[in-house]
Amino acid sequence: MNVQTRRLLTLCHKETLQIVRDPSTLLIALAFPLVLLFVFATGVNLDSTVVPLGVVLEDSSPQARRFAETLAGTPSFRVSTGHDVREMGDRLRASAIRAFVIVRADFSYRFLNGYAPTPTLQVITDGAEPNTASFAAAYVRGAYEVWLREEMKRQGRPLPSGYTLENRAWFNPSTLSRNFLLPGSVTIIMTVVGALLTALVVAREWERGTMEALLAAGISRFELVACKLIPYFGLGLIAYVLCIVVTTWVFGVPLRGSIPVLMLVGATFLGSALGLGLLLSTALRSQYNAAQAALNIAFLPAMMLSGFVFEISSMPWPIRAFTTIVPARYFVAAMQTLFQAGDIWPVLWPALFGLGLAAVGFIGWTFLITRRRLE
Amino acid sequence: MTPTLVRLRALMHKELQAIVGDKQSLRLLIMPVIIQLLLFPFAATLEVTNNTLAIVDDDGGAASAELIQRLTQTPAFTRVVRLTSEAEARSYIDRRRALIVLRVPARFSESVARGEPEPIQIILDGRRSNSAQIAMAYIQDILAGLPLAHIERRPDGDAIAIRHWYNENLEYYRFILPSLVAIITTVSALIVTAMSIAREREQGTLDQLLVSPLTPFLIFVGKAAPAIIVALIQASIILVGSVLGYGVPFQGSLLLLYACIVAYAGALIGVGLMISSVCSTQQQAFLGVFLFTMPAIVLSGYVTPVDNMPYWLQIATWANPVRHFILIAKAVYLKAAVFQDFAANVVALLIIGVVNSGFALWVFHRRLS
Repeated sequence: MNVQTRRLLTLCHKETLQIVRDPSTLLIALAFPLVLLFVFATGVNLDSTVVPLGVVLEDSSPQARRFAETLAGTPSFRVSTGHDVREMGDRLRASAIRAFVIVRADFSYRFLNGYAPTPTLQVITDGAEPNTASFAAAYVRGAYEVWLREEMKRQGRPLPSGYTLENRAWFNPSTLSRNFLLPGSVTIIMTVVGALLTALVVAREWERGTMEALLAAGISRFELVACKLIPYFGLGLIAYVLCIVVTTWVFGVPLRGSIPVLMLVGATFLGSALGLGLLLSTALRSQYNAAQAALNIAFLPAMMLSGFVFEISSMPWPIRAFTTIVPARYFVAAMQTLFQAGDIWPVLWPALFGLGLAAVGFIGWTFLITRRRLE
Repeated sequence: MTPTLVRLRALMHKELQAIVGDKQSLRLLIMPVIIQLLLFPFAATLEVTNNTLAIVDDDGGAASAELIQRLTQTPAFTRVVRLTSEAEARSYIDRRRALIVLRVPARFSESVARGEPEPIQIILDGRRSNSAQIAMAYIQDILAGLPLAHIERRPDGDAIAIRHWYNENLEYYRFILPSLVAIITTVSALIVTAMSIAREREQGTLDQLLVSPLTPFLIFVGKAAPAIIVALIQASIILVGSVLGYGVPFQGSLLLLYACIVAYAGALIGVGLMISSVCSTQQQAFLGVFLFTMPAIVLSGYVTPVDNMPYWLQIATWANPVRHFILIAKAVYLKAAVFQDFAANVVALLIIGVVNSGFALWVFHRRLS
């Protein structure tokens, strides 16, 4: 073994000792991902479950009451009834309900005697929650459709069938949002773990004055960057494996891709995440500032601009262009494909390329601005 | 002026100096606000636009031609590709080149002419099941408006009128902007309190403060002041940007919102002090801040609604200050809510603030003695 390798090993050994001695680092790598995975799995859900709905019955006919019963029987609603439209409006403003339906006084009369151009059912939703609002409106329409068919059948003139759709979802037949949200959330967790592990390590040496000792020992730029990367890379990989095991075994998300490809993608991404943390730490040289930058640069963009929840193709083009420099974007695409579809190389190649470029870019940049002199 | 007030003023001066005096940290407090204000409102959309619709037309008749022509008119699908086989469709979905494949069955036009249309097959990309389902709802709407030969018009016409209050066209940026006030101030207020105490401890200056005539309570007040100021300034930038830049009118009482921002900053300061009281290094405080911030933001209703969470979790989120403030900010900004509408949430914020800072003060005193 030559001198250079031995020195690098010694430096890595020192860094590893620091990791093992500070319980907070191990906490970051092992406990933190599990807590977050659990939070994402239980808290992030796009399949709207139960919408609190108000119903105002101005019509007391049997038809209107049957319609109210249909609404109450819809599992997607938790129905509360009232008599006063204004009171319902107040409850909507106070977020106690997310939508309400007013069944107008002429509802049954119009139904039995032909429709006037004015609607007899009014649905008012809380637009401040757009996703829930559109779900609620669609559910009310659905309930109305069910009621209408029933009533027409009662009258002996069943409705003709219209166009119908027969849908199949490939990869995720039950269209559970968890199945695509959880592989995506592994991305966010790894982004944060990567940044957390390295964001403070260089700044810490400067603040504690130990950087001077390292420099006095004649450490080279390469050694400095390498010894700050290698041990954390190992730790990050353990965290990654942990995330995947829990996602598949505990939360039951199907994994269709192969393990080696999954590891390759994860390792490349980890390179970019650690590189970003190290870059912030080296550039800012203050733990306080690096911490703030890491939260703002690593966590929030990964959450908002990666396609994890919000579809990138639906964003306006300047934002789409900006997402190309967010490494998490490539990782999300690769993870969603690997988990649900398999090793589909036409998707994986561009993702690997983007991630590799980000890793080389961040680490290379760190290398360039690493100073070896005290000013 | 009593000696205590003089000391407090000097302390606050020092704390503000620590932030304003350092150009780098000042930049880190202002830049993210502006960048996030520019990017996130556009990014955060669950609408589906600009997608590719692939069509396998086994029919080729008049009805399918009309159907396809109607579908191309929605903004959801800006590109329509015609494929010839199911195998080709599979590779399109696999490569994420199309979100949805529509397959019109053979003899579709014939069946429409008979008045018994055969079902149209749709294949969705389940990797993006939410977007695919939203896009499918668009298709369903279009089909509902499509005329069908030999069939009398539905007897009900337009029986349902739907109105979305507070946000007529369900634009997502209107929903994100008030939440941004909460998200951005969370990160800064926590870092300003938790990290700054840890920094003083690591650098040994905390001991100097403790041997001065200042009590731990006063030191806490000194740390709280800059956090409140930072939160107010950041919130103001976002509010001005939302009203002037995005043209989302402010509906409620500005004074009420600012009062709530102070209450929210108080809750965050409490959490920040609590984190710093149990940490001895900046690294640990940093971890503590992340450990709190990430779940707090994920479980706040910022990304997906609190209503969608399991019931026990909805109850648990009462301990989460971000959840309360997002609700308040949206209610005041978009819905012109009055204090009574969210009094319980303000009380929750106050409790979170008092309990956490009380705990921090207790730990501090115990360490001293």
